[in-house]
Amino acid sequence: MNGTQGCKKMENKLVEYLDGRARPAERRAMEEHLTACADCRVRADEFRMVWDAMDDVPVLSPSSSFDAALRARIAAEPARVSFWSWLPSPRLAFAVTVLVAMSVWLSSMPHSVAPILAPATQVTADADFGMIKDLPVLENYDVLSKFDALSELPAPASVAQGEVRKETR
Amino acid sequence: MARTDVQLMLDVKAGDEASFELLLRKYRTPLVNFLYRMVRDTAVAEDLAQEVFLRVYRARQEYAPSAKFTTWMFRIATNLALNSVRDNRHRQMEVSMDQTVDTGEDEQRPYEVPDRAPTVEQVLVARTRSEMILRAVHSLPEKQRAAVLLHKYQEMDYDEIARVLECSESALKSLLFRAYETLRTELAPLVNSARVS
Repeated sequence: MNGTQGCKKMENKLVEYLDGRARPAERRAMEEHLTACADCRVRADEFRMVWDAMDDVPVLSPSSSFDAALRARIAAEPARVSFWSWLPSPRLAFAVTVLVAMSVWLSSMPHSVAPILAPATQVTADADFGMIKDLPVLENYDVLSKFDALSELPAPASVAQGEVRKETR
Repeated sequence: MARTDVQLMLDVKAGDEASFELLLRKYRTPLVNFLYRMVRDTAVAEDLAQEVFLRVYRARQEYAPSAKFTTWMFRIATNLALNSVRDNRHRQMEVSMDQTVDTGEDEQRPYEVPDRAPTVEQVLVARTRSEMILRAVHSLPEKQRAAVLLHKYQEMDYDEIARVLECSESALKSLLFRAYETLRTELAPLVNSARVS
């Protein structure tokens, strides 16, 4: 496979051939092409030379303050609040659950206790009615029991004579 | 047995700060170099590298080992670098070799110490070469630049680079070919001098 078309087809395989990562079949195909194509042979040689030259670029060492600066940046990071930390603690979750359960239970209470409370309510209503019916009598009694003028009346005659007898002795 | 990067990251997720320290030690130099070659500014490269580690640390709780750790980390780094380049936040360093020598700028960059002390002339030649290469790499379109750096310096697999750059493997191979073809032209003087010697 020679000529421009052949070269075009091989060029994308040249780099992996030169760095030794080409598969055996591709490697053989490339070697055959390079044997036959002088232009590609020159190109392959010059690629190798470029790579050799690139090896001469010196290696830069990080500055002595690199690690310290990085640690300072890490230390300056704001503490991250994870999603799970927003969840309540198990104890709090239990307390909230119990509270909710109790309120639900209590809210359902009026329906169940209504029949039990009904007679008592009725009895109270009857007593109230009786009290209202006897109210004039009760009022009269109340007025009479607290009527001060009665205590100022003269004692009955039999009581007064008994007291005189005591004094003469 | 040494723990894999994924295992180290899972340990970080579990609250082990020492594992994060190990990842930091292992990857700070490759990251700073990758980012420096992307943005060509040491201060910005370091700042971005710290940002990468910060994001890795921040994301530890949500970390799920769906891909290689390096794929994930270099994806963050590449996105940060591309944003930085696009926002034009980094300084444009169109510095000639003479200016570089005069300003003593390279004193800020502690290069790895070579085995034997080179002469001043050798230092200048090496500096010129590396400056030329870095400038040529920097002149590549951003995605081609990232692809070349990940391929040449990080030696990543094609599928890994494709994931980092969010493209198909065949698109990546085409991208790499075009990038190296441009570099071959840009670095022709270096290549020719190598051929002569």
